[in-house]
Amino acid sequence: MIKLDSKIPEGPIAEKWSKHKTSLRLVNPANKKKLEVIVVGSGLAGASAASALGELGYKVKVFCFQDTPRRAHSVAAQGGINAAKNYKNDGDSVYRLFLDMIKGGDYRAREANVYRAAEVSNLVIDHFTALGVPFARDYGGALDNRSFGGVQVSRTFYAKGQTGQQCLLGTYSSLSRQIAKGRVTMYSRRDMLDVVVIDGKARGIITRNLVTGAIERHGAHAVVLATGGYGTVFYLSTLALGSNATAAWSAHKKGALFANPSFIQIHPTSIPVLNDYQCKLTLMSESLRNDGRVWVPKGQADKRHPNSIPEEERDYYLERRYPAFGNLVPRDVASRAAKERCDAGYGVGDTGLSVYLDFKDAIAKQGKKAIEDKYGNLFEMYEKITGINPYNEPMRIYPAGHYTMGGLWVDYNLMTTIPGLYAIGESNFSDHGANRLGASSLMQCSGDGYFILPYTISDYLADEIRSPKTDIKHPEFDQAEKEVKERINRLMSVNGTQTASSFHKRLGKILWDHCGMFRTAEGLKKGRVLLDQLEEEFWKEIKIPGDANELNQELEKALKVADFFEVGRLMMEDALDRNESCGAHFREEYQTEQGEAKRDDANYAYVAAWEYQGHAQKPLLHMEPLKFEFVELKERSYK
Amino acid sequence: MDIKLKIWRQKNASTKGRFEDYELRDVSPEMSFLEMLDYLNKQLIEGGKEPVTFEHDCREGICGTCGLYINGRPHGPQQHTTTCELHMRAFKDGETIVVEPWRSKAFPIIKDLAVDRSAFDKIMNAGGFVNIDTGSAPEANNIPINKKISDRAFDAAVCIGCGACVAACKNSSAMLFVAAKVSQFALLPQGKVEAAERVQRMVEKMDELGFGFCSNTYACEFDCPKGISVEFIAQMNREFLSAKLCAHKGH
Repeated sequence: MIKLDSKIPEGPIAEKWSKHKTSLRLVNPANKKKLEVIVVGSGLAGASAASALGELGYKVKVFCFQDTPRRAHSVAAQGGINAAKNYKNDGDSVYRLFLDMIKGGDYRAREANVYRAAEVSNLVIDHFTALGVPFARDYGGALDNRSFGGVQVSRTFYAKGQTGQQCLLGTYSSLSRQIAKGRVTMYSRRDMLDVVVIDGKARGIITRNLVTGAIERHGAHAVVLATGGYGTVFYLSTLALGSNATAAWSAHKKGALFANPSFIQIHPTSIPVLNDYQCKLTLMSESLRNDGRVWVPKGQADKRHPNSIPEEERDYYLERRYPAFGNLVPRDVASRAAKERCDAGYGVGDTGLSVYLDFKDAIAKQGKKAIEDKYGNLFEMYEKITGINPYNEPMRIYPAGHYTMGGLWVDYNLMTTIPGLYAIGESNFSDHGANRLGASSLMQCSGDGYFILPYTISDYLADEIRSPKTDIKHPEFDQAEKEVKERINRLMSVNGTQTASSFHKRLGKILWDHCGMFRTAEGLKKGRVLLDQLEEEFWKEIKIPGDANELNQELEKALKVADFFEVGRLMMEDALDRNESCGAHFREEYQTEQGEAKRDDANYAYVAAWEYQGHAQKPLLHMEPLKFEFVELKERSYK
Repeated sequence: MDIKLKIWRQKNASTKGRFEDYELRDVSPEMSFLEMLDYLNKQLIEGGKEPVTFEHDCREGICGTCGLYINGRPHGPQQHTTTCELHMRAFKDGETIVVEPWRSKAFPIIKDLAVDRSAFDKIMNAGGFVNIDTGSAPEANNIPINKKISDRAFDAAVCIGCGACVAACKNSSAMLFVAAKVSQFALLPQGKVEAAERVQRMVEKMDELGFGFCSNTYACEFDCPKGISVEFIAQMNREFLSAKLCAHKGH
C-alpha cells in the first residue's frame, strides 16, 4: 500500500528550501564518479539536470527520441521566462511571483514547491545570461522585461518570440560541454519503453533504438524522467508530433502515482484548423495579447471581411467581461471565453471556430516598426501558415491543447513514489496547479534541472555509494525486456487495416469533445464508453507495415497511441472525480451565475494521485490534502 | 489539386536507393508539405505498401528536424521557410515535385529521406559553449551589453541546426552553421573570454568531419530558412585568423 508523503519541510515558506538544502546529504567527489544517473529527455529540464549532474561529477546517461538533444520541444516555447528580479521596480518579488502562480493555478498547487520555483528563478536568469543566451536588452544594455498573460508586473525575460529556442540552445551548450568532458554520454534516437525496478528501487530503463529497432538495457543508480507533457493525447495540439506519454506511463504502470491527469491547459491563441489532414496546431505566443485585441462580430454568423466590420459592431468580449485584466486574462479564462462565443454562433472563419486577434490599434498607436520588432517572427510564421498578412488584417485564433499541469506525482525532493525515480519539468505535477501562467514553464524546467534536482538526488545517492554498478542481467531486466518485446510483437501481428494516426485522430476527438474545455459527468461517462470501444478496435485493426527490427515510424506511433488510450481513460476518471471547476478543469455543473469556475475548497483542495490497478481497471485514488498556510484561499477573479 | 511526386527511396544506409514515382489526387492547397506526405503515407499503408520515412517533429519551423531537398532546393521554393512551414499553395496543380534527402557525405542517409546529422553535435561538443559551471554566474545585469551587439548575437543564435546550409553548398561546407555559433559567442562578453580557443577547435572539428571548404557562392545564406547572414562567415574568418596569429606569436 502506497502512502503519500510530500516531505514538505517545516518552517516559514521563505526558509523552507534554504533550510532543507542544508539538511540534504552530500556525496564525496570520489564516490560521485562511481554513481550513474539516467536522464530521459533532453529538453530544458533534462538537459539542465544532466549538465548540472555532470558538472558535479556523476556519470550521466541522457536519452532522447530526437536525432539530437537540441530539438527537444522546449525549443518551441515562444513568449518568455519569468523571474522575480524586479528590474522594473514595479513591486515584484519572489513572494509576488509565488502568489501569482498559486492564484493562477487556482489554488491547486503545492505552496512549498511553488515558492521554491519562484525562489530559484533569479538564479536561472543569471545562469542563462552567463551561458550566452541573447535575451532582449534595453538601449542602456540592461536586460529587458515584458508583461505576460495574467499578471500585473513585468517580469518576463524574452528573446523575441524564440525564448524557448534560445534557452534550450543555452542548455544544450552546457550539455555539449559535459559530453565533451566525457561526464555525460548521449543516446539519441531512443524511445524509453519501460523503467526497471529492482528490490523496490528504480535501477534502469529499457529503450528501443529507433534506427536499428534493437531493444536495449541501461542500468543506473537512479533514473530521472524529464519527458515533458502528454498534450498530444488530443492529437491536434501545439506540441511537437513526437511528444508522448509513454515513458511516464510506463513508470505509472510500475507504481509511480499519476497526479491530476485531467489538468490540461488549452492555450487560447493557436492558429485554427485549416484542413482535414492537419495534425498540428501552431501556437501564436500569448505575448501577442499584450498588443492584440480579441474580438468577434456582435452579430451571429457575420461573414463580412473583418476590415469592413465597423468598430461599433465588434464585441471585444474579453475587455467587456474582464475589465481589470482585459485581453491579458489567464489562458484558461481566455480559452473558455473564445469557445463560449463560437458555440453561441459568433465565431469567424469558414468553420465558425475562431475569433479575431487584431493589431490595428496597436499599429496605429505604436507604428508598424515597433510591432515588427516585438513580434516580427510570429507575424511571419502566421503568414506562412495561413497565407494572410496580419499587419493588414486580424489574425484568426482558436484554443488548442497545450500544456499538462498534471503529471507524475513527486514529493518535495521531486521523487516519484518509486524510490530512485525522479520526475522534473512538465513531466511532474507540482508547480502549476490547475492552470499554468505564461512564461513559467521554462522557468520551472530549468529551475528543477539546474538548481533543485542536483541537491535532492544527491541526498538519495548518498545511500547508494555502496551499491555496485547495476547488473543489467538481473531477472527484472529480463522481465521488462520480455514485456516490451511482447507488446511490440502483439502490435506488429495485428495486421489490420487502419493507421496509428487515424486511431490517434479519433481518440483525440473523443477527448476534446468529452474531456476538453467544458466537461460534464454525463459527457465524461459517454466519452469513456467511446474510448473503450475505440481501444478495442485499435487492437484488432491497427496496421503497421515493415519490420520491428528497423527504423519503423509507424511502430513508434502505434506504441504511443496504445498508451494514449490509457492516459485518456485516466484523464476522464480524474475529471469525473473532481466535482468542482478549477483552472483548466471546468465542469459545467459547477459554475457561477456569470459562467465562471466554481471551486469547492471544502471538498476538493487535494491533489488526486492515482495508482495503477491494471489495464482498464478502476485506478486507486490517493489524496494529498493541499494545505494553504501562507496564502488565503480566494475566488480567482479577473473582473 | 493533383500532383506527381518523385521521391528518393532507400531501405537503409547500406543499400542503394532510387527514385519512385507517385501520383496524388485531391491535395488541398491548405496542406503543409509534410501533411501532403502524411496523406501519401496513409494511402501507401492502407494499400499495403511501405510509407516514406521522413523526419519531422515540431512542425512549426523551430526544431530543425525536417529538411527535404525539394525541386532542387533545401526546404523547397519559398525563401526563409522550413519544409514543415511550406504549404501546397506554393505549388501548381499537376506539378511534378522531386523530393530528395540532404545530399552530403557528412550526412549519411539512414532511410529514405532521413539523414544522420550527428556531425553537427560533434562540432558543438568541440567548443560550442561557454565554460561556466552552474552556480558560478554573476548577477545577470552586472555586465551591460550594447543592444545592437546583443541583437546581432541573437541574429546568429537563431540557427535551428537543420543542415540546409550544408545541403545547399556545392562543397557541402558547414561554414555558416559553425560561423553562427562562433559569432554569437564572440560578440557577447560572456563568450569572448575563450573565443580564440573556441573558433580553432570548432573549425578543426568541422574539417575533420569531412565538410568541404566555403564555396563563396552564398547559397547557404540564400537557402537558410532563418536567413542567417554570410557576414558571420567573415566574422568567423577574422576570429580564426586572429586566433592563429596570436597563437603563432605566443600570446
